[in-house]
Amino acid sequence: MTELTPVIEMRHIIKKFGNFAANDDINLQVQQGEIHALLGENGAGKSTLMNILTGLLQPTSGEILINGKQVTVDSPSKSDALGIGMVHQHFMLIDAFTVTENIMLGSEITKGLTLDTKTAAQKIKQLSEQYGLQVDPYAKISDISVGQQQRVEILKTLYRGADILIFDEPTAVLTPQEIDELIAIFHNLAKEGKSIILITHKLDEIRAAADTVTVIRAGKSIETFPVAGVSSQELADLMVGREVHFKTIKDTVEVGKTILKIDKIEVQNARGIAAVKDFSLDVKAGEIVGIAGIDGNGQTELIQGITGLAKVQSGTVWLQGKDMTNKTPRQITETGIGHIPEDRLRFGMEVEMTLSENLALQTYYKSPLSKAGVLQTVAMDELANKLVKEFDVRSAGIQVTAGSMSGGNQQKAVIARELNRDNDLIIAAQPTRGLDVGAVEYIHQRLIAQRNAGKAVLVVSFELDEILNLSDRIAVINAGQIVGIVNAKDTNKQELGLLMTGMSLTDARAALKETVNA
Amino acid sequence: MTTQKNSFSVALFSVLFGLIIGAIIMLVFGYNPISGYMALLGSAFGSMQDIGGVLTQMTPLILTALGFTVAQTAGFFNIGLSGQALAGWVGAVWYSLSFPNMPVYLMIPSALIIGAGLGALAGAIPGWLRAQFGASEVIVTIMMNYILLFLGNNILQNTMSKGIKESAETTKQVGANASLQMKWLTDLTQGSSISAGIFISLIMIIVVWFIMTKTTLGFEIRAVGLNTDAAKYAGMSTKRNAVVAMAISGGLAGLAGTIEGLGNYLNFFTQNGSPAIGFDGMAVALLGGGSYLGILGAAAILSVLKIGGLGMPMSSGVPFELVDIVTASIIFFVGASYLIKLMQARIKAMDDKAAQTTEAKKLSNVGSASDSNQKGGE
Ligand SMILES: Nc1ncnc2c1ncn2[C@@H]1O[C@H](COP(=O)(O)OP(=O)(O)OP(=O)(O)O)[C@@H](O)[C@H]1O
Ligand SMILES: [Mg+2]
Repeated sequence: MTELTPVIEMRHIIKKFGNFAANDDINLQVQQGEIHALLGENGAGKSTLMNILTGLLQPTSGEILINGKQVTVDSPSKSDALGIGMVHQHFMLIDAFTVTENIMLGSEITKGLTLDTKTAAQKIKQLSEQYGLQVDPYAKISDISVGQQQRVEILKTLYRGADILIFDEPTAVLTPQEIDELIAIFHNLAKEGKSIILITHKLDEIRAAADTVTVIRAGKSIETFPVAGVSSQELADLMVGREVHFKTIKDTVEVGKTILKIDKIEVQNARGIAAVKDFSLDVKAGEIVGIAGIDGNGQTELIQGITGLAKVQSGTVWLQGKDMTNKTPRQITETGIGHIPEDRLRFGMEVEMTLSENLALQTYYKSPLSKAGVLQTVAMDELANKLVKEFDVRSAGIQVTAGSMSGGNQQKAVIARELNRDNDLIIAAQPTRGLDVGAVEYIHQRLIAQRNAGKAVLVVSFELDEILNLSDRIAVINAGQIVGIVNAKDTNKQELGLLMTGMSLTDARAALKETVNA
Repeated sequence: MTTQKNSFSVALFSVLFGLIIGAIIMLVFGYNPISGYMALLGSAFGSMQDIGGVLTQMTPLILTALGFTVAQTAGFFNIGLSGQALAGWVGAVWYSLSFPNMPVYLMIPSALIIGAGLGALAGAIPGWLRAQFGASEVIVTIMMNYILLFLGNNILQNTMSKGIKESAETTKQVGANASLQMKWLTDLTQGSSISAGIFISLIMIIVVWFIMTKTTLGFEIRAVGLNTDAAKYAGMSTKRNAVVAMAISGGLAGLAGTIEGLGNYLNFFTQNGSPAIGFDGMAVALLGGGSYLGILGAAAILSVLKIGGLGMPMSSGVPFELVDIVTASIIFFVGASYLIKLMQARIKAMDDKAAQTTEAKKLSNVGSASDSNQKGGE
């Protein structure tokens, strides 16, 4: 192989926060037209490395070469100028603006005193055709889907002339269909000579999209190799440094009495439209019920209604045989509910408070964490240390702010807090979003252990693999209503996929039989 | 920790820049800034009486600044500190004049509680309106400043009985049973109006610090202020916390007013406008950068400027208004701290770059020697 000059070369990158080295001698080489995946456990230092490349953080030591020339990237605008573009996980778009206006923002073309939207729209159209990023330049952001918003983010970087595109966990918010489309977009971009750095915990995505992968473990780059011919199992084992089991083994347990009974409830969304309608479901002790559905079909409102965060317009929520409809979150929590919220940054934690304080967030007012209204910091720290150890939450210490922790470790902290209390019902919304495969395995084991211990578990997930792996029964939700309830062992991905579009169970089974026969 | 350090340097920079601006203005108008500032320091520290004046000035500012900080921690902007202080002032003076024979050990605690309680009530009302109806606490507290100002004056002029008034515009002096002044302090400071209020203020710094950082109440107030959604999720009542935080905030302001009444002026008199201690307290809180020790330091600095400024015209001819310009500039710079932080970051980036280039030069100079060194180290 001839030695090509890499588009990006990061040499011996070290980044320290205090005494803690988040990056500890990382080397990375990305070639032109390459899709390069970064694989590593939660807290391995992937986001930190990318923040260094995009000028958000300064390395403690090490050098960066772009096209063989040494550069200092001391600000995001510098990284822009060097042709590096980042597609953020949380989109930075203005809802009330059109696609074109959003893309122009910050690099407006003007005609006299007015914006030249037309020329910009034309350029956007041409870019979207070139790279297969279909999106209507005149549509408002609030009117387009999450997948399309992501395309707008990609177009924004291309519009600014980026040659190197960084994606940090881009698929967490996408539907399976949108993920396939995104991978196709990656290939188009690479074909046109763009280089892509992709961070994801989904091994299938790495195998489908990437040419090369660099494994990072505990801040060190371990190995770089071509993806072709490597199995997901091999990738997972290399990343974690031990053998990982994808399918969790479940014993059968006796199903007990009903813990959660949802009876014909209606919950409205923020706009006052009924997002959950006539919804009924039971969850019994010793079973895991999964709710499968495409994002935005009422899952969020359903959970908020059950947990007291949103008003239930009609119907009843029974917990342990008690009517808990529209009780306060505290009253509902105290009946024995653990709630892993879907949006951990908005609901699950106080990002500016410490990890220790966050782990006490649900029990701070009770002994032993407080006595007579006075916080017992020693007890709080003891609890935090225990949970951090038990759930392998990695950070620079329990006194760091939750916001400084890696995404996956924030999630682990929330889960640790919610599973630690002796609850009879666990509600877990997207429990493994952003977790590495090792952590996913661990969390699945913990949820199953809860079920085996006779607890009721309600899981909401957009990932069918997760739903199928965990659930005993699966309720499929579409447009706020249950389309069908099936036993996990009697169904499969295809069938669930059809139900999720709103097809009835009989129709779905008939349709699948037809395709088998044909 | 780093943010605390950061706001400390912001405060330091701001004070420095504020003084520099004052100096420039003095130069422009033909005064000698050195003698101007010497006069200022002289009038603030020249005698025990001056020092007593500075401490008297600091006393209410510490309390109103604490009040502002508590509300801000909960996510509210309490502009009503002035009115809340006034409520405490009027109430405490009126109460103590009404019971001239109550023994001191009953009078002082009850008067402090009544003054603080009235302030708390005046703070709780906008807190409740905000929690219940979403009414902006900024607007409500501004309005309440006027309501309380005119209510206070009206009570003085029309409601208080003749027997406790000196004139239509002034009450009598509170009796010895209600006065917070202490003989040894008054003697020590050659007759300044310093009172036990300064000790109350210092103790309240510790009390408020303890409540906000060590109790479940403070935990909730912080959590609600930082992220309302997460606080709700964790079962905290955001409404209750809004009312409680605003009540504590107002209570501290009410205490400040009480001390003005029972410690500093020893009476109440018709007010032309909302007491300045409310707004000055906001300035102190801002300069203090949200830290409790910072509040102490900031209150000291602004009080020195104020008391020192009073003596400046006599000894150096510089008009008193200069001090207002300096104070305003300091607050302006704190407000513009974003800009200062940006400058600090720039300077640091430049330093880093300089360090890098010198390091790179060193490396190339040493050349092969360093290479072999590195290998040896491995
Ligand atoms: N500002 C900071 N202060 C202190 N520690 C930090 C800071 N930023 C990151 N860290 C720590 O550095 C480590 C690496 O974090 P990083 O976000 O790079 O991980 P990651 O590989 O992206 O993980 P994930 O897959 O969970 O997103 C973590 O342990 C994190 O707690
Ligand atoms: Mg990350």
